[in-house]
Amino acid sequence: MEQSNKPRKELVVSAIENGTVIDHIPTQSVFQVIHILNLEKFDNQIVIGTNLSSSKYGKKGIIKVSNKFFEPEEINKIALVAPTATLIVIKNFLVTEKKKVEIPETIQKFVKCVNPNCITNIENVPTKFNVIDKEESKLKCFYCEKTTEKKNMVFK
Amino acid sequence: MKDRSLISIDDLCKEEYLQVLDTAETFENKPVQNILDGKVVATLFFEPSTRTRLSFESAVNYLGGKVIGFSDASSSSVKKGESLKDTILTVNSYSDLIVMRHPREGSARYASEVSSKPVINAGDGANQHPTQCLLDLYSIRKTQGKLENLDIVFVGDLKYGRTVHSLVIAMTHFNCRFHLVSPVELKLPSSVKSHIKEKKLEYYQYTDLSEAIPKADIIYMTRIQRERFSDPIEYEKVKDSYVLSKNLLADCKPNMKILHPLPRVNEINEDVDSLPQAYYFQQAQNGLFVRQALLKLILGV
Repeated sequence: MEQSNKPRKELVVSAIENGTVIDHIPTQSVFQVIHILNLEKFDNQIVIGTNLSSSKYGKKGIIKVSNKFFEPEEINKIALVAPTATLIVIKNFLVTEKKKVEIPETIQKFVKCVNPNCITNIENVPTKFNVIDKEESKLKCFYCEKTTEKKNMVFK
Repeated sequence: MKDRSLISIDDLCKEEYLQVLDTAETFENKPVQNILDGKVVATLFFEPSTRTRLSFESAVNYLGGKVIGFSDASSSSVKKGESLKDTILTVNSYSDLIVMRHPREGSARYASEVSSKPVINAGDGANQHPTQCLLDLYSIRKTQGKLENLDIVFVGDLKYGRTVHSLVIAMTHFNCRFHLVSPVELKLPSSVKSHIKEKKLEYYQYTDLSEAIPKADIIYMTRIQRERFSDPIEYEKVKDSYVLSKNLLADCKPNMKILHPLPRVNEINEDVDSLPQAYYFQQAQNGLFVRQALLKLILGV
């Protein structure tokens, strides 16, 4: 706790008073994370940094969202694109919680099914997937039963 | 199974397969039973499938129920742009059970979510056709007297053939050996093969049909479609290599039977039709008993 009060070397983007910091985001995924969390429509202060140096990963991205505390299901969605991300909850400039994101058992709505003939791509049906392989991020469509893999994942 | 939808063959466990087959047997012995008196079954065929539709409608009629529905989308309100959801919600209030065929994958699962009445999937695009799988199982058990420890030879388009995928998955419950005969381009997908591996069962892959025939208790033939090949020359090369003819069957086992989900084009020579091994037309007839069994079990009558 004590340590987090001191300014740290990598703290290029300013600290926030209350809210959530999503750290260690792969640089190429920063904007996907913003999109998945629907932060485009969020009206509190957001600080975004990318291509920051990281002792662990070389380069990283970071997103600091003021006055927002995510539900676990909400934040775990980003594990699909940013499996290395860490979630830091800040209250009164202090770190109160720090954890790694985890891929949930099911993914709903924000990933498109890879199968163009799937009913979710034809009619107005929200997508639903079971995560069949957490390491490889393989999703099995609840409707058409086809597997959507990381390399062809498209976000809605 | 009462009040449950049947969308995918995975919705049933081994005991339920057997319950369906046992019930189907009672209908084979006595096909006319007035158990659906006062029941209405909707058959919604968003794309034509004469065989499947007639078999379901005939099953309902033999059981004393009534059928409503349509046989292709052009004669329904879909043509006016109605969504699947709205069609299902409407039909819901007119019937006790919905049988649906639809060209889009996943449509049946979606319909079952929307519907307050059970839905039987009669084919959703290239995805699932569970009643076909159950009639295949019924035909195998009837001709072999058992489902366990059989050698099943699958021939033709193992990549896109949905009946092959479902039957392979269903047969993994019965300790079978799988002999997979196909051109390299149309091999069984790894997502289906993983079911065989998971149960640690034996499987063998062939490109030469004659090699597999002597091993077979069941030969399951499928049609190879021209449109599955990106290179037409490749199609021309393989199209006649997976054709079953009388002379190929010289050293088959005495109990061997040939199944085919039909319609066939040229993959079974007509000189096979009169052989004792030919079972594909009786197989189609078994569809009636299996569908009667499903209507009985799902409606709980």
